[in-house]
Amino acid sequence: MRWVNRQVRRSDRVLLGSLPILLLVLLYLFLAAQRHAANPADKILPLPSGMAEGISALLFQPDQLTGKLLFWADTLASLERLGLGLGIATLAALLVGLVLGVLPPVRATFGPLVTGIAVIPPIALLPILFIALGLGETAKVALIVIGIAPVMVRDIAAHVAALPREQIVKAQTLGASSWQIMIRVALPQAMPRLLHAMRLALGPAWVFLISAEAIASDVGLGYRIFLVRRYLAMDVIIPYVAWIAVLAILMDVALTYLSRRLFPWAHGASH
Amino acid sequence: MSALLSLRDVWVEYGDKIVLERVDLDVEAGSFVSVIGPSGAGKSSLLRLILGQEAPTRGTILLDGVPLAPECGPDRGVVFQRYSVFPHLSALRNTVFGLECEKAPFSARLFGAARRAATEEAVEMLRAVGLGDSLDLYPAQMSGGMQQRLAIAQALIKRPRILLLDEPFGALDPGIRADMHALITRLWRDYALTIIMVTHDIREAFGLGTRVLALDKRRHDRQAPHRFGATAVYDLPLRRDADGPPAEDVRKIEERIGHE
Repeated sequence: MRWVNRQVRRSDRVLLGSLPILLLVLLYLFLAAQRHAANPADKILPLPSGMAEGISALLFQPDQLTGKLLFWADTLASLERLGLGLGIATLAALLVGLVLGVLPPVRATFGPLVTGIAVIPPIALLPILFIALGLGETAKVALIVIGIAPVMVRDIAAHVAALPREQIVKAQTLGASSWQIMIRVALPQAMPRLLHAMRLALGPAWVFLISAEAIASDVGLGYRIFLVRRYLAMDVIIPYVAWIAVLAILMDVALTYLSRRLFPWAHGASH
Repeated sequence: MSALLSLRDVWVEYGDKIVLERVDLDVEAGSFVSVIGPSGAGKSSLLRLILGQEAPTRGTILLDGVPLAPECGPDRGVVFQRYSVFPHLSALRNTVFGLECEKAPFSARLFGAARRAATEEAVEMLRAVGLGDSLDLYPAQMSGGMQQRLAIAQALIKRPRILLLDEPFGALDPGIRADMHALITRLWRDYALTIIMVTHDIREAFGLGTRVLALDKRRHDRQAPHRFGATAVYDLPLRRDADGPPAEDVRKIEERIGHE
């Protein structure tokens, strides 16, 4: 049988999917054990016991300076920035993308501007943001927004502009105005795409969040990683990176679930 | 009887390519006009003109004696071959849409008694096209024939002066197509519609229409074929009660524009 025709059963899929991950973990444990056999004080590849020890201090012991549990304070601060940035970018994508996609004169006027902003590397704008907005929360959220919003705007605008012409004509023969076409024809059909764009934007959003936190911050997941790097504290860095991965996966799964739940018509004939 | 729709010396040109030339046409209220012709003979251009999707390069189009604005409007309904229905709305919501747009300019949604009345009207319309049992289905859950029924119901609820059909049954199986022919004939009678239908199928054109319009180029220039546009080369009134189309006419038209 050709490989393109081989379908994998659901139970087998879980098994096959976890195999490479397990192998990587095993490889790490093997290498870590090897290093520890040579030097019990090795810091580069900590053993799970070392990681548990390192992270438990941040999990359960209040910080002497602030009195907070640092792990949770970091998580909360980062999620707040990410949520705000993603939220603002999504709202902008929906409003601007919809108007650009539906109304050709607006597209002709503002399309080049959006394209122009989109090609600027956001990190290059970070100094400007820090100068203009200070080193506080605003600059970090602004970096995320500037980093992901233009791509999302263009995606939504392109999706809306690509709606079949027949639909737009049909709506007009049913008496719809530009406004009614926007809110009743384009907006609902842009929504599943918006959730999809959010999923794709999550990756870059994390990049900009960690970058902003690494450069100027006093709390946050990215800040902590770059702080403890100075002490080669891999026992903290690795659990933090794993935690970021878990958070990112959870958000992705939640967005997928939300899209299927809210917009079943966009997910195939069977619903 | 004065004409419902009149085209006077209408030309359509794209750049130096002439698609339609000197089209003069009067469509009477209550007629069922089939438009046939080879590919590229401007059938769809003619439909887009009447729909208001395009403006003629020259000439005038009058609807009820008033010049037509080059924009689509609720007085002309349309059913395309595909994409005529909204995929994000159920059959019922698809049909109510036209009423909502008219009565709620800002929210495009109806509430309370107005909503109940509109729903009732839409259900009645859906029953008329045979979708009484499929009110809550989404288009993706429907067959091609059901989607076209829905598209017709959606258009008819606005009581358009003219219903335009752009190869509406071209993508359907032969059996389903026969059902749709019966349906459109019944609706045409019951609602006293005026229909202009573009089709590839000569038999369909003669079977349904009260008048068959064949578009083709009158003149050909071998060196510059795009410099001559198409116009109505045959314009045959048919009697619906006659037993089938006059064989002589069908043969002549088939010869002229060929099978596709």
